[in-house]
Amino acid sequence: MTAAPGTDDAIARRTDEIISGLIGLEGPLLLIFHALQAEYGHVPAAALPRIAERLNISRAEVHGVMSFYHDFRSHPAAAHVVKLCRAEACQSLGADQLAERAQEKLGTGFHGTSADGKVTLEAVYCLGLCACGPAAMVDGKVVGRVDEARLDQILKEVRA
Amino acid sequence: MKVYVPRDAAARALGADEVAAAVLREAKARGLDVTLVRNGSRGMVWLEPLVEVETGGKRTGFGPVTAADVAGVLDGTSKKALGPVEELPFFKGQTRLTFARVGLIDPLSLAEYQAHGGLEGLRKALGLTGEAVVKEVTDSGLRGRGGAGFPTGIKWETVRKAPGPQKYVVCNADEGDSGTFADRMLMEGDPFCLIEGMAISGIAVEASKGYIYIRSEYPDAIEVMSAACDIARKEGVLGASVLGSGKAFDMEVRVGAGAYVCGEETSLLNSLEGKRGIVRAKPPLPALQGLFGKPTVVNNVISIASVPVVMAKGAAFYKDFGLGRSRGTIPLQIAGNVKYGGLYETAFGLTLGEIVEKIGGGTHSGRPVKAVQVGGPLGAYLPVAQFDTPFGYEEFDAKGALIGHAGLVVFDDSADMRKMARFAMEFCAIESCGKCTPCRIGAVRGVETIDRIGRGDVVAIPLLTDLCETMKDGSLCALGGFTPFPVMSALRHFPEDFTANAKEAAE
Repeated sequence: MTAAPGTDDAIARRTDEIISGLIGLEGPLLLIFHALQAEYGHVPAAALPRIAERLNISRAEVHGVMSFYHDFRSHPAAAHVVKLCRAEACQSLGADQLAERAQEKLGTGFHGTSADGKVTLEAVYCLGLCACGPAAMVDGKVVGRVDEARLDQILKEVRA
Repeated sequence: MKVYVPRDAAARALGADEVAAAVLREAKARGLDVTLVRNGSRGMVWLEPLVEVETGGKRTGFGPVTAADVAGVLDGTSKKALGPVEELPFFKGQTRLTFARVGLIDPLSLAEYQAHGGLEGLRKALGLTGEAVVKEVTDSGLRGRGGAGFPTGIKWETVRKAPGPQKYVVCNADEGDSGTFADRMLMEGDPFCLIEGMAISGIAVEASKGYIYIRSEYPDAIEVMSAACDIARKEGVLGASVLGSGKAFDMEVRVGAGAYVCGEETSLLNSLEGKRGIVRAKPPLPALQGLFGKPTVVNNVISIASVPVVMAKGAAFYKDFGLGRSRGTIPLQIAGNVKYGGLYETAFGLTLGEIVEKIGGGTHSGRPVKAVQVGGPLGAYLPVAQFDTPFGYEEFDAKGALIGHAGLVVFDDSADMRKMARFAMEFCAIESCGKCTPCRIGAVRGVETIDRIGRGDVVAIPLLTDLCETMKDGSLCALGGFTPFPVMSALRHFPEDFTANAKEAAE
């Protein structure tokens, strides 16, 4: 009997397959988290006990590693993710004002989702675009020289 | 004709993909036989997307190009024509050793890589003993370009002499410092150079396995490096017999997960092992007990990518550039509020003022320069009064500053240095791995203390100084240990930004 997709059983089964593909590599835990997040948009809680069992480490260790890294989500993000760089080089070109504007327009703080549920706003510390800041990443695509008009356009597009 | 449109992330962030699509579309409309090459960036970010058209073996640059400009570029009528890129003053003044091929070649063409001197260093190394290779690297005077400036050859010698059947070479590509993008540009523009350097290192120290740990914020670099590793393996550059030598070396790309502290080498090793990126106490040195407890070379991207040219042209050639104990070239990354931002590879020794004013052209905003942060979030803010400081490890150290990964972030006079100092503490608090108390708690207290000062409580200034001393002396790694650099330099050089509110309160 196959479990319906999205149920804990189905997730545990899929986690097993992912682990089997990666367990031969040295230090595979981050690779497993990345693979799960690529598939589900987050690391589902139901996957953690399976990982602990297969890697022969404690569930606390699995949880500890996952929660250490900013990238791994325990819950899915909105359909669109806007990351604004908040590091020094972008600050020198007005990133703080942009950050305020974005929070105001979306009605959410960083690491939150807009009231319409369409956009998750995140802070990022450096995208390596320090000579063409302020920088952003919109659904994985990099954008340079973000001014107020460009930000407004980005937010309009992702909320459309 | 050949048309080059960079695939570098900075170029893409400024519209290079749209330009590339327009090139194909317009070429088709004109019935032109165009070969589109997605090269690396030439490093002049203010001109990106910088398109080059090659006809009759000559390349002409155009920039910054928008999709609407493409028709004119192909027709030869564009007003954005720059002439040969090598003749532009920003490019002409450089000494490109490590970045010689970046922007010049198709990053994923091993044939072009070899046509421009690629694999010469590795071939030479394969004909030498490990000891001779390490000696060459030591003699070149190459020091760790990641920030610490430790002599690369001495690190390699420690690993080479360490006993053990399994050793590793780990490349630190967790370039998290704001104002730095040299690693990214190198990986996106000349990935085989890094692979060649890794292979030379592996063969020299008898490590058969290598890892490149790339931060997740660099999806383009991850894509190019992964593709290049596959090609190198297929072509026999990597594998059981490197270039048919019978010596084995292979490597893998691993992706970080958004933790700044993983740029610290021991934390990076833990992360590679699949653990939390917690800093390890040293000793033991990673060179003796590194990845999985085995002897490990951990080097920054630029350190490793500088090795092929050292091997190909010899230690003496490389050592000839530079000043004092800072030998060779350094890829300066000129960033922030600057007119001509980008990557400028040159011998050590230019003064900070020459870099910021002459090469960088002053601020983007046109306002006066207030401060330059050199070396990332853990680097000091230098005022204009220190613009005579020559760019070198010891020279910056003498000014209570560091060159770090050679990123320079320019700020104009609108910058509030108390705010920047507060950000340094806040960033440390966010990114602290939590292992040592001075960093984990000190950074939080630092934010609070700077806020107190901001409210006009100047009595807290000696407290901040004291806290910085504790963090500097008591932290396990550079995150807690160097956060005092930006904080104290801001306080020392711009005290008025800290006491502004106090004066108002007194009046």
